[in-house]
Amino acid sequence: MRFFVRTLFLLCFSVIFCAISSPGQNTTEQNQTCLKCHASQTYTLYNDWTEKEEKRLMNPFYILDTVQLAGGVHHAFNCIDCHSMDYETYPHDSELKLEPMMTCIDCHGGDPTYQDWQFDRIEEEFHKSVHYETHGDQFSCSKCHNQHYYRPTARNSNSIREIVNYSNEMCLSCHDNMTMYQLVSDSTKPKLVDVHSWLPNQELHFKRVRCIECHTEVQDSLMVSHNILKKELATRNCVECHSSNSILQASLYKYQNLKTRSEDGENSQKSILGLFTINRSNKNLSNTYYVIGASRVPYLNTIFAIIFFAAVGGIAVHTILRILKK
Amino acid sequence: MENGKKLYLYPLWLRIWHGINALGILVLIFSGISLHYSTRGALLLRFDIAIAVHNIAGVIITFNYFIFILGNILTKNGQHYRVKVQGLPKRLMKQILYYTSGMFKGESSPYPVTEKRKFNPLQKYSYIFVMYIFLPALIVTGIALLFPEMIIEKVFRISGVMITAVLHGILGFFVFLFLLIHLYVASMGKPPGKNYKSILTGWHS
Repeated sequence: MRFFVRTLFLLCFSVIFCAISSPGQNTTEQNQTCLKCHASQTYTLYNDWTEKEEKRLMNPFYILDTVQLAGGVHHAFNCIDCHSMDYETYPHDSELKLEPMMTCIDCHGGDPTYQDWQFDRIEEEFHKSVHYETHGDQFSCSKCHNQHYYRPTARNSNSIREIVNYSNEMCLSCHDNMTMYQLVSDSTKPKLVDVHSWLPNQELHFKRVRCIECHTEVQDSLMVSHNILKKELATRNCVECHSSNSILQASLYKYQNLKTRSEDGENSQKSILGLFTINRSNKNLSNTYYVIGASRVPYLNTIFAIIFFAAVGGIAVHTILRILKK
Repeated sequence: MENGKKLYLYPLWLRIWHGINALGILVLIFSGISLHYSTRGALLLRFDIAIAVHNIAGVIITFNYFIFILGNILTKNGQHYRVKVQGLPKRLMKQILYYTSGMFKGESSPYPVTEKRKFNPLQKYSYIFVMYIFLPALIVTGIALLFPEMIIEKVFRISGVMITAVLHGILGFFVFLFLLIHLYVASMGKPPGKNYKSILTGWHS
């Protein structure tokens, strides 16, 4: 009896200790059971009909990239935190495929813990978007934000290039992929290169700015604008970005993480490089990015103006003297 | 010009080149200012039109520049652009003194136009600077901005495109300044319209 109590006590202690001390490891271990098949090209199952173990190919859409998974914002989650607990039974019940999936708002909505993320406002904005208007609830957050791999790049990255790539990949995952596009539309996917043929330097624009810069209603108070507009409403007015009052200040270049980097990095290089500091009013547009019309070097503009007026003044004085001494 | 004799200084090819260059540069300045100072209210040209116009004019000016180079190699016109370092500061100073004081005292030009000396020293070296340094640099930076993917990503933590664009803008500004002064100096003929007429007819009287 004493042995039984001691064993029970030790068992309880070790369970509690494990749960407190290493939840990540515990999660990883629990997920390993799922990933044994879902991170592999093949899986093995016992076929009751043939009474044999059979090796089969895994549906490629159900294979997870463990590296991306580990880097994702939800990496510490158990699979069954979002998926049904019934998935713990193997082989899985085929009916489980029909389970309604968790949405972001199920966890993040109305929770003061996530207040800074403004999920409720994001949902409001999303409900105004063309995606929701056309597809309703069929179009969930996960259509763009893969819950398995999602990284808050705009919030954390200090590279514009990475933010742009990451964001555009979300759009392109459907808009440049017929298979995914068919999930929400029966029409043929328009060719992006053709529909953007009016855009000068198309390739450069695709690399340097996000689709959402032109295709959303910019919300300065929201981290990323989620009101994706109808294609007819997308901005085609170049000066929206290409002007001293560029909307990029309120979108792509507004992030604090970039600003901090700019203050710590480039701006600490004074002297001659200080000449390249752009638009005094726009500290976020750092000297590592150039946008025609928006990137103005104030010192140079002043120097230009002084030289220009000096030249015009000189010409005027010379002309007057010529007339007087004629 | 000697003894009131007419001189044929500007052959047809040079006048055509000069005409295209003048119009092209004007278009480039106009569209360039529109791009650099683009704003929501139409300041000069609409942004997309300014881009197209600037690109087309830039390509035309580039091809035209090669006509100028070729013409200077194949004809005698090239001799007017040969640098003679010896006594250069003295010659430049002499011309500056004429423009700033001598001409108001009724003195005659220290370097009158002859068949062998089309330009006075100030003209000559400003043309050499513009045609052999500024314009090629503008063309190179302009082509780079037309294909920005060719430009080095970062130079000392500053965007390569940014440096190229700023350099292009500075050079463009100096060409604009040159144009202003060039047009003014051209008005110093007697009568003031004489030199404008010369570049149209080819004859200097």
